Amino acid sequence: MDLPVITDLTKAASGASFGGCSAGSCGSSAQQMNGLSDDVRRKVQDHPCYSEEAHHYFARMHAAVAPACNIQCNYCNRKYDCSNESRPGVVSELLTPEQAVKKTLAVAAAIPQMSVLGIAGPGDPLANPERTFETFRKLAEKAPDIKLCVSTNGLMLPAHVEELSRHNIEHVTITINCVDPDVGAKIYPWIFWKNKRIRGRAAAEILIEQQQKGLEMLVARGILVKVNSVLIPGVNDEHLKEVSRIVKAKGAFLHNVMPLIAEAEHGTFYGLMGQRSPSGDELKQLQDACEGDMNMMRHCRQCRADAVGLLGEDRGAEFTLEKVEAMQIDHEAALARRLALREKVAAELEAKRALAHAPKAPAMQVITLHRPAKPALGRPVLMAVATKGSGVINQHFGHAREFLIYEASEAGARLLGHRKTDLYCSGDDTCGDGESVLARTIRALEGCEVVLCAKIGIEPWGQLEAAGIKPNGEHAMEEIEDAAMAVWREMLASGKLATPATARKRA
Amino acid sequence: MALKIIDSCTNCCACEPLCPSKAIYAAKPHFMVDAGKCSECLGEFADPQCASICPIEGAIVNEMNEALNPPGSLTGIPPARWVEVKAEISAR
Repeated sequence: MDLPVITDLTKAASGASFGGCSAGSCGSSAQQMNGLSDDVRRKVQDHPCYSEEAHHYFARMHAAVAPACNIQCNYCNRKYDCSNESRPGVVSELLTPEQAVKKTLAVAAAIPQMSVLGIAGPGDPLANPERTFETFRKLAEKAPDIKLCVSTNGLMLPAHVEELSRHNIEHVTITINCVDPDVGAKIYPWIFWKNKRIRGRAAAEILIEQQQKGLEMLVARGILVKVNSVLIPGVNDEHLKEVSRIVKAKGAFLHNVMPLIAEAEHGTFYGLMGQRSPSGDELKQLQDACEGDMNMMRHCRQCRADAVGLLGEDRGAEFTLEKVEAMQIDHEAALARRLALREKVAAELEAKRALAHAPKAPAMQVITLHRPAKPALGRPVLMAVATKGSGVINQHFGHAREFLIYEASEAGARLLGHRKTDLYCSGDDTCGDGESVLARTIRALEGCEVVLCAKIGIEPWGQLEAAGIKPNGEHAMEEIEDAAMAVWREMLASGKLATPATARKRA
Repeated sequence: MALKIIDSCTNCCACEPLCPSKAIYAAKPHFMVDAGKCSECLGEFADPQCASICPIEGAIVNEMNEALNPPGSLTGIPPARWVEVKAEISAR
């Protein structure tokens, strides 16, 4: 539990560091939202990829208008396309800018939570500048309420910062896997630069220089920068701590360390060469190590370059070109629905924030110390949460395709990541397979001691309990963080958290 | 004198806007080079542009059917060293 310390405002204002997070670059989790300037909060409050809080409420889509790429990454293969495969660089159909705008408007009409159009490939948006900027220009004319966003390898960033700024783009993601060209030479075999293919260390050197220059130029223009890094064991794992420090110092807003995806069947160089992916534990340790210096994104789902919907879901199949062509859309009514929804969410979150800050005595300031000096009362507990969004526990255990993983401790509840599972019950005769699917789900939840869901059947209940995971349906429709803390305090009160951490299963 | 795109092309579109002669055009099942227009970038650039950005080894060939990007040229690993490098990488 945080220790509230009441102090005189005049003393506190004299340069003492305020509690919570007052850093300008802070902003992933719900608590951190409080420390942001109004301008930054306005920029991130409905962008699901820049705010953990927003990702419970808002949806995005990626328009696959950028096929060409100007570098090769050893973890990427753009030739493979499978609709069941979810990873960056993969798309089902390539769109022209006109088709992309049509599809975006259709999605924004069907899903009022839709707030962001991103261009993330399947190649690099800035290796296809005409197609990318034409899409932005046309969409801004028809749906000015939709935020525009790009995710780039950074090679052509300095050349395009001015134009990004002109298109009113407030969010840019740069994939930065290294700041050392010797590390880079193991990740990038070549780049295309000034009409030549450049290979090896020389290529990595140019790429790194352009990425860093681009980052500085964006920050100077007040554009929020998220840095994505792919964690590649034995290549850049230790090195990413330095990357995190440097991008933070240059003013990046958020750092997203993602696990390498490398399977031989994807046909990537790393996949074919047997490069392994990091374990969940390795990823968490690196994210934790970077956290002291930098705000870490924990809610990334490593989505496809044509993903549609809330971050945990992909509704792309509902919006194929053919289906979009056949849709009759009232764009004005759709815009009104989006604006109404955003207003409602903003009011809800504002009320929540006000509650968290009340009551406050006049001329007094509440300072929160994150690390109290007294000994910890109970160990942290991992909890799996079934949610359909809105930040509440509102999904049936059997309907969850993924669980959010929270860590509840004395310091509060925080999101650590997510784990994907197969659907336990799809409501038809595939339920015959229920038992083995359940066993897989239980394996996926290893390390968790509690599963919070809206409802759960008797059979999975028994098996989860037998596996040491306590199902809990008592907090249906409650805020995730509040419920997780209530359950943690109950466990604490009943003496369950006195057992040493070694007695429980590894996360 | 002209280059050719063969069927290992994945239609990534990267070459098309780079061609100084506008010799490359979208077609089924993959992009094609108009042999009448292609100059192999002679007098324009040091290297043919399409072959300098193409991500697929062997997808662009010359009139002798020789690959401009032969095996190993884009991964940086010559085929003779593949097994050795694979052992190194899988041990990480």
